[in-house]
Formats: sequence, structure tokens, C-alpha cells
Amino acid sequence: MPPIPAAVPLSWYLVLSAVLFSLGVAGFLFRKNIITVFMSIELMLNAVNLSFIAFSYHLKQVDGQIFSFFVMVVAAAEAAVGLGIILTVYKNRSTLEIDEINSMKN
Amino acid sequence: MDVPLFLLFAFIAVASAISLVVQTHPISSALSLVGVMVSLAVLYLLLGAEFIAAAQIIVYAGAVMVLFVFVIMLLNAGTEHKSSKSPMVKWFGIPLFAVFIGVISFSVQGMLPKSEPVVFGAFTQGGPLEVGRALFTVYLLPFEVTSILILIALIGAIVLARKEI
Repeated sequence: MPPIPAAVPLSWYLVLSAVLFSLGVAGFLFRKNIITVFMSIELMLNAVNLSFIAFSYHLKQVDGQIFSFFVMVVAAAEAAVGLGIILTVYKNRSTLEIDEINSMKN
Repeated sequence: MDVPLFLLFAFIAVASAISLVVQTHPISSALSLVGVMVSLAVLYLLLGAEFIAAAQIIVYAGAVMVLFVFVIMLLNAGTEHKSSKSPMVKWFGIPLFAVFIGVISFSVQGMLPKSEPVVFGAFTQGGPLEVGRALFTVYLLPFEVTSILILIALIGAIVLARKEI
């Protein structure tokens, strides 16, 4: 086992970001509750934000942080619209299972 | 001091993310997502992004998650039903996922062989002053377009959540 370095390498942050993104993809693919699927998307957006900020540190520029700020704003707007859609789906279908919401099939 | 802090909060983030994926009740998933967001805010602070860390706590862990919890409680979302998984998924899913994570970590480590160490305090350009200056000079047009986007999202959410649809 390699010794623990004195400072955290930048690649650890990127690996953490990749792991969180993969977990978000796994949740997006395997879960069946529409709200949990939506939360997995938020997890993926957060993982990408971590990459942006790590590269902002690497380049010593503030632009990456601005990008993650915009991602945050878009995620907030997306959450508002997405939860409105979920409310409408539940009103029409009385279910939150994505396997049962298949009226566009066939 | 950086390494224990990073390891602690990276562990909390990954554990909360795994908890988000495996919990069957949406409220547990939502609270796990709050854990991920708060620990990510600490990592942003370690990377010198003070403004983004504060915005992460206020916007994500505050506003967005309150919205999620509100909708979960409004719809009275219950526990997910167990699906009849095929044996392939049951036996190969988690090992293949671990292999995938390993390959990704290895390739990221390989792409950045001499990556610099992250030292807390080495990058001080992430405060509200610098972020605000960049936001209102270089990125003024995207900022203004974002305000229109927010307005559209607001109207869209109100229209979608009306009674008649």
C-alpha cells in the first residue's frame, strides 16, 4: 500500500467526482421511484460541479466556479419544473413508479 | 490537516451517495442527498471556493432539498416495490460496478501523473469579490440570460402545477 501523501493530489478530487457520478448513473438506472430518479440526476450534477471546482483550482482561475454557479442555477430551475411535472403525473396517474408510466409505449 | 479532512468528507459523500442509491424510501434518499451536498460544500472550501460552498449550502442543501422533501410528503410517497431482478443483475451488478469504478479511477490517475497537491489557502481567488467581479463583467450576458431562464422556469412550474391540467 502506498504511503498517504502529505497533501491531497488533485486527481483524488476527480476520482471522487467520477465515483459520485457513477453512483448517480446507477441510481438513475436502477431505481423505480420517479422522485429518487430525479434525486440521482441532482447527484450527477453535484459530481460535475466538484470537477469544475477542482479544475478551477488547478488553473488558478475563477471561471470554473462561475460555471458551477450556473450549473447550480440551472439545477434549481430544473428542480422546480421537474417537481411540477411529477405533481402533474401523480395527479393524472396516481402512481410514482416509472414502470407504470408507459402511455407513450406502443 | 488537509488529508484527514478530505478523506473524512469524501467518505461521508460516497457513503451518503451509496445510501441514496440503496434506500427504498424516498425520504431516506433525500436525507442522504443532503449529506452528499454538505460534505461536497466542505470539499469546495478546501479547494478555495468559498462563495460556491456557501451557495451550495443555501441553494442545494437548503432550497432544492426542501422542495424535494415537500413534494415527497405532499404525494405521500411510500416504499418502492421490489422488482423481480434477473439473476444476472443480482450476481454481476455490484462486482461489475466496482470494476467500472476501478477502471475509471485508474485512468483518471494515469491521465494526471504529476498532478499538483491541493493545499488549503493556496488559491484565494474564490471569494465573493472575485466571483462577483467575473460574474458582472466577463459573464454578464450569461448571467442576464439566466434570469430569463429562471422566469420561464417559474411560469412553467406554476402552469404545470395548476389544477386544470
